[in-house]
Amino acid sequence: MTMPLTKEHDSVLACACVVIPMYNEATVIGDVVRTVRERFGRVVCVDDGSADGTAALARAAGADVVRHPVNLGQGAALETGIRRALRDPLTEYVVTFDADGQHSVDDAADMVAAAHDLEVQVVLGSRFLGDMTGASSHRKSLLKMAVHFTRATTGMKVTDAHNGLRVLRRDTAERLSFRLHGMSHASEVLSVIAKHRWTYVEHPTTVTYTEYSRAKGQRGYNALNIVFDLALNRVRAAS
Amino acid sequence: MIIKLLLVAGLAAAAFLLLRGQRTALGLLMRRSLTLGAILLGVLAVVFPGTVTAVANAVGVGRGTDLVLYVLCVTFLFVTIAQNLRLAELRDRTVELARKQALLEAELHEREYSI
Repeated sequence: MTMPLTKEHDSVLACACVVIPMYNEATVIGDVVRTVRERFGRVVCVDDGSADGTAALARAAGADVVRHPVNLGQGAALETGIRRALRDPLTEYVVTFDADGQHSVDDAADMVAAAHDLEVQVVLGSRFLGDMTGASSHRKSLLKMAVHFTRATTGMKVTDAHNGLRVLRRDTAERLSFRLHGMSHASEVLSVIAKHRWTYVEHPTTVTYTEYSRAKGQRGYNALNIVFDLALNRVRAAS
Repeated sequence: MIIKLLLVAGLAAAAFLLLRGQRTALGLLMRRSLTLGAILLGVLAVVFPGTVTAVANAVGVGRGTDLVLYVLCVTFLFVTIAQNLRLAELRDRTVELARKQALLEAELHEREYSI
């Protein structure tokens, strides 16, 4: 699906704002922000109550930093970043991006271009269409199970349920509000897309699992916590 | 046995509270009247210890202490779930409050920077 990016796409990328939720990422955040800024004009970093110098480093690297006074969870940080991004009336696309450097900026740029070319509201990154460098087989099978769970519960034919790389068009970003503030927001996004029948495509992404991202990543058993969150949330939403 | 019906109904109500629980004025009224009722029943049980066993026998439980234990278990479940709902509501508010503060601070920072 990768299309050659043209001059027209430069103006599209200029209207895209990258949102990066971060929590104690001092070792990598500077490089991540600098890399993102090579392609994107605006980067909003949300510091979710880090205890290290994450916020200062991100600011020094050229990001617009919003600091949560206390730790609120990744979903909450993402929503804060999206709101900040939308304050700029020029923002047409919001890109969600992980702070640990596992995503590729070129993928993000391709996804914004795809959102523009295909005129879809949401573009979801998929590791299974792309490449998972350095992922353990255990991690792969866990992610596959998550995919089956998501397909069964939302009816969406997605190939990856928990990818942090997404592109949201302004109209969808404005309506996105999480009821789950922690890690379960990734699945919540998908159920919101299914509920509102937003148009979406998946885009292959390369995820690089480094020693750092593996250490920062979620424990496998947290998947069960997410299932609990979602089940309860869905039953409640049905009332 | 009446006690089986009562306990299953109590547990089902707890499950309902967990899934659909919303904090309403009616819920508040129920919580207050139940608390008041529990205090009055407690006083009665202390003054007339025999009545607990009599009530227990009437609903099909052998000893009064067993009945007290069953009621305590169900009550504990209700209180835990209600507290959880309350905490979730408080957390939603905290998130919104902290977010507003964070966004405001970012705007102030932006203004200082631009002057």
